[in-house]
Amino acid sequence: MLRVRDLSISIGTPTESLDIVSSVSFEIERGEILGLVGESGCGKSMTSLAVMGLLDKGGPWVRTGRVELSGFDVINSQPYQRVEAGHGGIAMIFQEPMSSLNPVMKVGDQIEEAIAVHQKTSSARQTLKARELLEMVRIPDAAMQLGAYPHQLSGGMRQRVMIAIALACQPQVLIADEPTTALDVTVQAQILSLLRELCDTLGLSILFITHDLGVVAQLVDRVAVMYAGRVVETATVERVFAYPAHPYTEALMSCLPDPGHWKQRLTTIPGQAAKPGQVRNGCAFAPRCRYAVATCVDQAPPCATLFDNHRVLCHFPRGVTA
Amino acid sequence: MISVISSFLIPFMRRPIAAVGLGILVCMIAAAILAPILAPYDPSKIEPIVRLLPPNAAHWFGTDQFGRDILSRVIYGARLALLIGIGVVSFALITGVPAGVLSALYPRFGSIMMRLIDVLMSFPALLLALGLIVILGRGVTNAILAIGVVYLTTTSRITYGLTLRLRTETYVEAASSMGAGAVWTIRKHVLPNLISPLLVQASFVFAFAQLSAASLDFLGLGAPPEIPSWGNMLADGRIFITRAPWLLFFPGFAIAMTALSLNLVGDALRDLLDPRFREMLNGNRR
Amino acid sequence: MTEPPVLDVRGLSTDYTLRRGGKTVRIQAVKDVSFTLAKREVLGIVGESGCGKTSVGRSIVRLTKPHRGEVLFAGNDIFTADSGDLKKLRLKIRMVFQDPFASLNPRRSIGDSIAETGDIHGLFENKADRQRQILQALTNVGLDSSFAAHFPHELSGGQRQRVGIARAILPAPDIVIADEPVSALDVSVQAQVLNLLADLQETMGLSMIFISHDLGVVGQISDRVAVMYMGRIVETAATRDITDRPIHPYTRTLMAARPKPDPTIRIAAGIEIGEPPSQFDRPLGCPYAKRCALATSQCQSNDPSLRIVAPGRMVACHNV
Repeated sequence: MLRVRDLSISIGTPTESLDIVSSVSFEIERGEILGLVGESGCGKSMTSLAVMGLLDKGGPWVRTGRVELSGFDVINSQPYQRVEAGHGGIAMIFQEPMSSLNPVMKVGDQIEEAIAVHQKTSSARQTLKARELLEMVRIPDAAMQLGAYPHQLSGGMRQRVMIAIALACQPQVLIADEPTTALDVTVQAQILSLLRELCDTLGLSILFITHDLGVVAQLVDRVAVMYAGRVVETATVERVFAYPAHPYTEALMSCLPDPGHWKQRLTTIPGQAAKPGQVRNGCAFAPRCRYAVATCVDQAPPCATLFDNHRVLCHFPRGVTA
Repeated sequence: MISVISSFLIPFMRRPIAAVGLGILVCMIAAAILAPILAPYDPSKIEPIVRLLPPNAAHWFGTDQFGRDILSRVIYGARLALLIGIGVVSFALITGVPAGVLSALYPRFGSIMMRLIDVLMSFPALLLALGLIVILGRGVTNAILAIGVVYLTTTSRITYGLTLRLRTETYVEAASSMGAGAVWTIRKHVLPNLISPLLVQASFVFAFAQLSAASLDFLGLGAPPEIPSWGNMLADGRIFITRAPWLLFFPGFAIAMTALSLNLVGDALRDLLDPRFREMLNGNRR
Repeated sequence: MTEPPVLDVRGLSTDYTLRRGGKTVRIQAVKDVSFTLAKREVLGIVGESGCGKTSVGRSIVRLTKPHRGEVLFAGNDIFTADSGDLKKLRLKIRMVFQDPFASLNPRRSIGDSIAETGDIHGLFENKADRQRQILQALTNVGLDSSFAAHFPHELSGGQRQRVGIARAILPAPDIVIADEPVSALDVSVQAQVLNLLADLQETMGLSMIFISHDLGVVGQISDRVAVMYMGRIVETAATRDITDRPIHPYTRTLMAARPKPDPTIRIAAGIEIGEPPSQFDRPLGCPYAKRCALATSQCQSNDPSLRIVAPGRMVACHNV
């Protein structure tokens, strides 16, 4: 299970740094899908890169915090140590499959490359495993598609290939960073369905990063909402939609266009999204919050725990009488 | 305006290589402009008594076989170098840019034009210049034209590629949808975006023009012998290479330094004007 | 009968030729598209990638020329307009582009970008008039007048899109074609821009064509919706009808596939609804036949045309 505790990511110099992600904590159990939700600039992609250990040297770095995969410290170890210790590891898929795949390598070869890195088996077995993986991600005619190049496949197929490569290392956790944002709606539905299936059959844990609340509602088991580099709310998906406790979550829900609201004005959140570190004191959302009072502006909000492990970073969580 | 220049110059000067290049260039331009003041002697004054003297207190760079002061000749040679450089760059830009832009905007014209450019580019640079000199005759102006033709090919190619790409930019399409014609599009959208890459290209062309001009002079096909030019000095001093190497060293050094400084400046400009770099300077985009 | 439509599109067809591995293939990006746009109406065109909706929009602003068909504005075909009429067209039919980061020249100030049409066509009497109109346009889209002197990289995505809208409405047009105007924006910003478009449409009496892949967004703002698939319109109806009672099998798939923000509706494992076929692989009959549960042999060989099935509803299908 993946446990992230108080993860803070900073930019700048060691003497003068700015947190772009602050004290982020969440956990994902085996076979569970956690949705990391937020708008652009909230730090969700940065968090996932930190969990994967993909932060460039010279760029943002992890200032404090712990990331544990089944008790194994991820940040302060090398990937091979994790593999040696017998943990499956973490795999990642991205938004644009065309840029994640090598355009001059056959798809089958790219999957086999991933297999070869993690297991020492014969070439024939690798090809067999590659074909099995393609079948697992429901690519029709898998044996033939091994010889295809990425540009010969559609967007949805390429994303399936990405998933197959990610599964090649038999990971415990799959991080999916907006994997369906660039896909058509019908293709998206099938990829989400595939992820659900993989989760159920393989016991895979998924960290699903998105800004699309509809996708969240359909796929995800639990939700963590991020704003300005912090997790402002964590709850089960049912509770987040039925009883959003953080004013930002509540506002986000009411912004959604819906054919059911035909020709009605949408509620909006006034102002612009705060950049991490922009608001020094108090709650980062206070300038835009319709319920804000003096306390919100002056003091940083505490993390309150409501019923059913529903956590909120707010002085006055909604739906809770003072 | 001031802020634009200073936001430019300061990162420029921060890179030592660029500062060195710029420094050498400034010296060269100063030498060219202030030649009458800086040169200790008349560069053409023949004084057989002091011929072939190695560098000494009176003649810092020594003297050549006619007793002429080499330092003065090198300083005056900077004038020709500057003239050639400016001449070639101007010619290449004035002919190459319209050729490239129009080729990109009018594909039918473009396919013919670009094939012509291909033909020109298939000749090695010096051979092409030589061929043109044979047709045009010797002299500084003809040298400028001949070398200019050589470098209009690369200039037009670069312009062609950039304009092609710009043509597909969304904001250019938006302008078209609002009724912008070719002239407007070129004036307002294409040319402003060409300035940076062309500036970089210009510095490299300037450098290569020096080398080409020096080669032409060396072969006796460029500047006439009475004008002090670094290439001519190399040609004249060839036979004295063992006896009086300073006849060759100083003009050769001047050619190399000029070309080098321009390359350094061009490199630094290119780094600076790279869009990603500029983005970092300008702050976040999103 | 009410007033004549402000835009009448008839039989629009656009082909592209592509060379793939030695073979030359003719792709019909848009096939025989016809619809009308009434005054003050918002028509939504919805479809997935490759359906041709963007090509339709671009044809109407004359960025691409179709192979067949006419687009009538004020009774005249826009493709045979003389130069005087063409200038009028450029001012009356305007486009808002999808990518707020690419649709503004990064080297020109916001004010210059907004006023560009005016500069091209000489709409301004003098500098003061030009400035006044720029500021008016900025106010109309809810931006402070100080934005005129800024450059695109200093603005957020939502602000840039507002600038794009300001640029489109400056000459008080009749028709605005919005090509995926909110697709590149965050949810909260999307809402702001959608509200803005709805407000402007009302106050300025605009007729709008709203192109999007997102049924939720289209459904929010449109009066009528046309669903496109593989270059053809497969269904048109009033918005409420499309969302509550979709008829065409593709429309129904689209509605079902759209993720709704309701956690009681969960995605099932093992969904297989296929993908739009490759552009090179266009089937002979109905383009949707390969994925359609109702497909018959007639569907494979015969391409259905749009026919009226109820007042205000048209569907292109053999089986409904």
